[in-house]
Amino acid sequence: MKILVAVKRVIDYNVQIRVKEDGSGVVTDNVKMSTNPPDDNAIEEAVKIKESGKAKEVIAVSVGEEKAQDTVRKALAVGADRGILVKVDGIVEPLAVSKILQKIVEKEKPDLVFMGKQAIDDDCNQTGQMLAALLNWPQATFASKINVKDKSLEVTREVDEGLETIEVNVPAIVTCDLRLNEPRYASLPNIMKAKKKPIEQLSASDLGVDTKPRIEQIKVEEPPKRKAGIKVASVEELVQKLKNEAKVI
Amino acid sequence: MSVLLIAEHNNKELKPFTLNAISAASKVNEEVHVLVLGSNSDSVAKAVSEIPNVKKVIHINNPLYENYLAENYTSVIIRLSKDYSHIMCSANTFGKNLMPRVAALLDISQVSDITKVISEDTFLRPIYAGNAFATVKSSDKIKCVTIRPTSFDPAPTSGGSAEILNEEVGDSSDLSKFIKKEEIKSDRPELGTARVVISGGRGMQSGENFKLITAVADKLNAAIGASRAAVDAGYITNDHQVGQTGKVVVPDLYIAVGISGAIQHLAGMKESKVIVAINKDGEAPIFSVADYGLEADLFDALPKFLEELNKLNTIQK
Repeated sequence: MKILVAVKRVIDYNVQIRVKEDGSGVVTDNVKMSTNPPDDNAIEEAVKIKESGKAKEVIAVSVGEEKAQDTVRKALAVGADRGILVKVDGIVEPLAVSKILQKIVEKEKPDLVFMGKQAIDDDCNQTGQMLAALLNWPQATFASKINVKDKSLEVTREVDEGLETIEVNVPAIVTCDLRLNEPRYASLPNIMKAKKKPIEQLSASDLGVDTKPRIEQIKVEEPPKRKAGIKVASVEELVQKLKNEAKVI
Repeated sequence: MSVLLIAEHNNKELKPFTLNAISAASKVNEEVHVLVLGSNSDSVAKAVSEIPNVKKVIHINNPLYENYLAENYTSVIIRLSKDYSHIMCSANTFGKNLMPRVAALLDISQVSDITKVISEDTFLRPIYAGNAFATVKSSDKIKCVTIRPTSFDPAPTSGGSAEILNEEVGDSSDLSKFIKKEEIKSDRPELGTARVVISGGRGMQSGENFKLITAVADKLNAAIGASRAAVDAGYITNDHQVGQTGKVVVPDLYIAVGISGAIQHLAGMKESKVIVAINKDGEAPIFSVADYGLEADLFDALPKFLEELNKLNTIQK
């Protein structure tokens, strides 16, 4: 079995983002970038399946600017066998990303495609489902447990009401939740080894995919600030304030 | 120009967030048609027809739709799409799973999780865990939009009498199969719609200690929430998680107990009307969004809080 894992380079989850003064977006210069957190879970799961002997190869693919190579390299350092970088500058919407991934899937013919359930920058939560639609493959979204069977996967999904279990035929797309596993850290020797692993470089136009955005981002602004609150000295004062000032209890 | 809104339900009852989605859809266009795909779901279709905002109900009653699988839902929506300018549903796990599958097949770039309708093609949506808001304009012929339910008031549930149209079943897919749902039944208000939410974090130290939260929740008729850390640690199940990748809540009162306030948690609760933080670390970021902060050990504060609530003559429910 062959597993393709899509990884995205995003602003690190610990960074307090700043909106650009001209409203054109958020500041990304000199800001720490990392792998989108649930994409780390996707890579981890693929590598674990390979280690269990059920998969032969794990390929990491990223769509983004030149520097997204670092994100692919990091996936190689935790166990992916080879990488693919599809270079695109500027905003690429999930629809375009899914079309690019469709081309990669047609070329590489993986049995499974894993990725994070949502990117923490645009918070779209679309790419996996869109890719599943374009390929006419089943989708198992928000996965917190994956059981690999002969020709199918049993996947536990985190849904609003609790947990749902579905079975999907292989080939399939799985989008991963943060609770799927505990991503490992790359060891220094593995980081060194990853430098020798191949990364194929492609561009969206090589693949014949139009990445022109369909959605115009008119402006980006900061959310309204909450007015500063107060500290109360005791539980009695808290209850009194909630009752008589805020009038919520 | 009309809106096709996809209803979420359990074949007996409409899920409350569909009401919020319907009211958002009405802001785009008054001609709101609701698609109910279900099995033995006549009561759902009838309930939807009584919502005054709804002009038409399209009901497809077939065992194929007994359990919700996006693979089975899409072909019908695609077939109906040609008559609509907008396809909408709520941005909870139901809609997040479904809408992109529809949008991609229609070659449409979806607008996710809107919090405001600015015009029929322009919407406001949070990005970066709600630390920024983007105004976006879709240029696609049909707009595929998911709605953040807590940003819109629910539509009224009575007074309407929309026509119910029965349509033909769509294609059946054997790509995926429903196995089971472990639904946690509770008599408490739903987290997404509760007037009061009390949440516990890593500071609770154990699942057992959540009984302190439960006692206060019982008194206030509150829903119980949790930070991701508390869910990851196994103190409480995932359906309680509030945050960027969990649920977004906007109650009148949100009480955060033993929650430090990571950006990702704040994303799920900082629009609440009144926020209370109880934490023994006075520097915890949760205090920066709290209207009332109490720097105290939660194991002292929660029993005392309950005691004080018990002294009150009346408590709003």
